[in-house]
Amino acid sequence: MESIRKRAKELLDSKQVQVIIGYENGTSNKVRASFIKDSAQVDKLIYDERCTQNLALYLVKHEVKHLGKMGIVATIPAMRTINMLISEEQVKPENIVVLGIGEDGKLLDFPDLTVMESFLQKANIELTAKDKEAIEKLKKMTTQEKFDYWSNALETCFKCYACRSACPLCYCTRCAVECNQPQWIPVQASKNGNYEWHMLRAMHLSGRCVSCGDCGRACPLDIPVHLLTMHMAEESKRLFGVDSGLSMKMESVLSNYKLDDKDNFIL
Amino acid sequence: MELERKLIKKASLEKLYQKLQANGNKIFAPIIKDGKTEFHYNPSYAEVTYDHIQTIQSLKNTVFPKIENLVRFTTDRNGTEVTEVDLAKVPSLVLWGAHPCDAAGFKALKSIFMWDYKDEYFNSRMNKMVVIGLSCYKCDDNCFCTSVGLNPGATNGSDILLTKLSTGDYLAEIITEKGKEIVNAAAELFEAAPAEAKEGNLAQVKQQFSHEKVTKNLAGAFEHPFWVENSLRCIGCGACAFVCPACACFDIQDETKGKTGKRLRCWDSCGFGLFTIHTSGHNPREVQSQRWRQRIMHKFSYMPERNESLGCIGCGRCSRACPVDMNILEQLIALEKIQ
Repeated sequence: MESIRKRAKELLDSKQVQVIIGYENGTSNKVRASFIKDSAQVDKLIYDERCTQNLALYLVKHEVKHLGKMGIVATIPAMRTINMLISEEQVKPENIVVLGIGEDGKLLDFPDLTVMESFLQKANIELTAKDKEAIEKLKKMTTQEKFDYWSNALETCFKCYACRSACPLCYCTRCAVECNQPQWIPVQASKNGNYEWHMLRAMHLSGRCVSCGDCGRACPLDIPVHLLTMHMAEESKRLFGVDSGLSMKMESVLSNYKLDDKDNFIL
Repeated sequence: MELERKLIKKASLEKLYQKLQANGNKIFAPIIKDGKTEFHYNPSYAEVTYDHIQTIQSLKNTVFPKIENLVRFTTDRNGTEVTEVDLAKVPSLVLWGAHPCDAAGFKALKSIFMWDYKDEYFNSRMNKMVVIGLSCYKCDDNCFCTSVGLNPGATNGSDILLTKLSTGDYLAEIITEKGKEIVNAAAELFEAAPAEAKEGNLAQVKQQFSHEKVTKNLAGAFEHPFWVENSLRCIGCGACAFVCPACACFDIQDETKGKTGKRLRCWDSCGFGLFTIHTSGHNPREVQSQRWRQRIMHKFSYMPERNESLGCIGCGRCSRACPVDMNILEQLIALEKIQ
């Protein structure tokens, strides 16, 4: 924690960054994102096991981006997100400084982002035991059982879009659900409409999702929507051999074509 | 009518529930399922819980459904034929175990839906609903009903209010004619009022701000840096609005299949970027801080001014649901003090 504060102070005082995006104590024993612009405030910054939010989300947020160069406290999923955002030209590497946090919760020294890339190549990016177990359980179901499980789970969804808003890779300024000429997805939170929305989200994140789990954590109704995108991340790895977000030059598995791509799924 | 006090024994409460159900009423009551307490339609009495602090979702779905079918239509070469929805078919509903804040939430909705234009969809559902409230004996640090003019035993909005007494039996306060009808139809289940006072059986919710002061401050705070400073972390989802008992924004959508279709009223949220975007592409609330300001302004400035009602009942649901800890109570306490 002290090392994060010290580094944040250095970056702010030397004007290398104008804002540090980190974590601070929130209400009811919760933690939350913190935006420190003045080095006198760095003591607000904290880091502990409660700090799970993927802060890379804020790198593309209008009001935050416009504060200037950003220093960001980044956990492993956030670092992978940063690589994705750079790959997709949403973030300029020269506009950010990463205060990486390793698995042990300690501050990592990244003189530049290529060092972060090297770190990620060797980092543990396994899912948590809990998520793994939930995905395995779903995989063992028959198609009908899976359909019933998701129909039931998604039925309560009221389309507040917290899953979308919490996802740092759902950054479109106009989401497909918001296009109404033509309207691709029914607006109302009905059974079919909900199903279509969540399938669209899962497909749009296939090969891009870094498995941070923030969509599931954000859901006010505790629908495990993160299992959909996490499963698609596993599938992308299985089919294309790619883990998302390990370098700053990721190619999107679903929008790039290579001559040697497998085509055995084509009937 | 003048408020009446009676006693209903724990065992009689079950009989009342069953009697209401046997009389063909739909009942909406809180149960614990998959570790979550939520209201469900027609649960068995054994499932009903009296011990929840607050459900995740509000109860507004009963009178302001997340999808309301307004009309059906068929189009062909000769024009469009519109079929009205038969509101006489709206079923009678008993809301069982709504906390006083939730009961007051209906008053806030009413101040919007029955303001200048009288919304018949809302009104039909309201008229068919009876609220059997349940005082709160516990609360958490997100609860702030006492700061918005309510309290854990407030009768406003309930037809009958139940308060659990130290004996395990319940004090029943009969507040409205609708409540009285229920009591009269099951008179054998009610007994003479107990001597025990209600007050000792209520949660202690400390008043944390003056809503009058907040309203007064908001009048001059439109351009205050507070909004940007305190909403940088807001991610612009609709979780707060959708769990809120008093948020009433909606969007009208046509869903068509071939030549037939339905016109639907769906929940919407002022937190969404799309909410105010014009056809030209101009968006008067371009950034999230303006949308967050709108949320607070509507509830604590515009509604008191125009609807003579606050748009917040202090249930704390939005703060519990928010994925990024946009805690409304914390912000209201700060807004009471801003210069």
